[in-house]
Amino acid sequence: MRAERVPVGIAILAAIGAAFFILPLLGLLIRSPWGDALTALTAAETVEALKLSLVASVSATALGLVFGVPLAWVFARLEFPGRDLLRALTTLPMVLPPVVGGIALLLAFGRRGLVGSWLDSAFGFTLPFTTVGVVMAEAFVAMPFLIITVEAGLRSMDRRYEEAARALGARRWRVLTQVTLPLIGPSLFAGAVLCWARALGEFGATITFAGNFPGVTQTMPLAVYLLLETNQEASYILSLVLLLVSLAVLVALRHRWLGSA
Amino acid sequence: MSLEAAVRLTLGSLALDMELRLDEGEVVAMLGPNGAGKTTMLRAIAGLVPLSAGGVTLDGRVLEDTGAGVYVPTEERPIGVVFQDYLLFPHLSVLDNVAFGVRARGGSAAVAREKAAAWLERVGLAAYAGSKPQTLSGGQRQRVALARALAPDPRLLLLDEPLAALDVTTRAEVRRDLKRHLASFPGLRLLVTHDPLEAVALADRLVVIEHGRLVQTGTPAEVTGQPRSQYVADLVGVNLLRGQADHGSVRLAEGAVIAAAAAESGEVFAVIHPRAVALHRQRPDGSPRNVWPGRVGSVELASGRVRVRVEGPVSLVAEVTPGAVKELGLDEGSQVWLAFKSTEVGVYPA
Repeated sequence: MRAERVPVGIAILAAIGAAFFILPLLGLLIRSPWGDALTALTAAETVEALKLSLVASVSATALGLVFGVPLAWVFARLEFPGRDLLRALTTLPMVLPPVVGGIALLLAFGRRGLVGSWLDSAFGFTLPFTTVGVVMAEAFVAMPFLIITVEAGLRSMDRRYEEAARALGARRWRVLTQVTLPLIGPSLFAGAVLCWARALGEFGATITFAGNFPGVTQTMPLAVYLLLETNQEASYILSLVLLLVSLAVLVALRHRWLGSA
Repeated sequence: MSLEAAVRLTLGSLALDMELRLDEGEVVAMLGPNGAGKTTMLRAIAGLVPLSAGGVTLDGRVLEDTGAGVYVPTEERPIGVVFQDYLLFPHLSVLDNVAFGVRARGGSAAVAREKAAAWLERVGLAAYAGSKPQTLSGGQRQRVALARALAPDPRLLLLDEPLAALDVTTRAEVRRDLKRHLASFPGLRLLVTHDPLEAVALADRLVVIEHGRLVQTGTPAEVTGQPRSQYVADLVGVNLLRGQADHGSVRLAEGAVIAAAAAESGEVFAVIHPRAVALHRQRPDGSPRNVWPGRVGSVELASGRVRVRVEGPVSLVAEVTPGAVKELGLDEGSQVWLAFKSTEVGVYPA
């Protein structure tokens, strides 16, 4: 195939666009104090933040799978009035400023919130400013990515396979677990990875709803932001760690996004 | 052992309304043009499309009866289905595909694998047990689909266009195999096809469907010998007319009256083989009782003979030699006379 001739104007604009993305990455790579990397990474607060981030983001993803997959199924397979509205509401956090999400969570699950006050009085159970609160904030922001990815997978799969399974005697649960879910496996995986990556980077909703207590609610992004004030080098190193994680996600999903079949 | 199905339903532009009975020992093929409702009929029997009225009874067990509000879901019907493009599960191995139905119907994993392995042996694919279905050829996939449908021991086997997904070169061989497997299956067998050759090769009885209705049923010889629809007449390649018989003649719906020696009385079909129709430039004067003027509508070459469609008071297809076409100077729009003897008209009650 003959290479297409590129108009000069487009080439220049595209190059500036590319530089806009590449320069910050270069900055991070070049200015990071590699020598201090080990000390920064093994500092007690860092390890704590990293651990908390992993636990919270994996939990948020698990929550996403448990509740998001059924929601996606409902959106893909059922026709009911208000479905589109419900879908819009569950995917709203994708476009909502995360801080607003955090405040909304406080008003629902905070000590004096709609549900929170009842939880508090009935069970003495509080959610905000706890690790559970971190998980909730992350799930709130990240789960929509999983929902829309899985819904798209369910919609594009060939439903005749489900009919074939039924004709072979499979009941609903067997059809779902042995045929439907395996067939949308790539979408499930992509949705889960996207959800996890978004949860890992969550900042606004987390700090608003769960606060910033080291060891309890201080996740990596929060730690990075605070270290910027006290220990810039360490914050660079932690940023680099998060960057590497993101790169790993990209590599994991390359077939989906880069189309290299 | 038998299947009785009375199906009435509407699906998009298709209005299906037909009854079908299947008996032990026969292989039945539903034949009809695309969109006639063959596949929908199959899906209705399998319980994959709800009936708006009617019922399905298999071996005396009511699977569906809209009057009594009975509906046995697909997964509980003892029916095996071979789908048109087989729909083998791409995420499972060939063995697990075949084992799926045994497992789903309550067999243990060990029993299911054992049974699946035996079936793969039977269809000659034991060596492919661990392969993914995508890696098999079309003919092999067809055999896996058949094994998968039969492994749970259904009472009724439904096959939707079982050979349509194959290319022409492998079709004949796969058809032979399929015929053998159909013969060894002890249950009821119903297949759907739009290919008359396939239907005749595989089935003992044909059920012709057009526009959601059963138009004719019988052995392949009966159906092709006495077509009862334009569709079958076209498949067989004969002229089919319909009219009122009156001792030696048939008055067609369009008004013309043709001489037909065999005609007695009542509503009848009349068939005239295109080879029996002669074409002339001038009005022939001779023994044929049926002589009509007409205009050539189309001229088509078909396996060494030329099929000439003549439009007129009686529109017919005549089959002549290429030499005759040249001699008569036939072309679209030519004026011709067609003639056929009254003894060449086959007549049977409509």
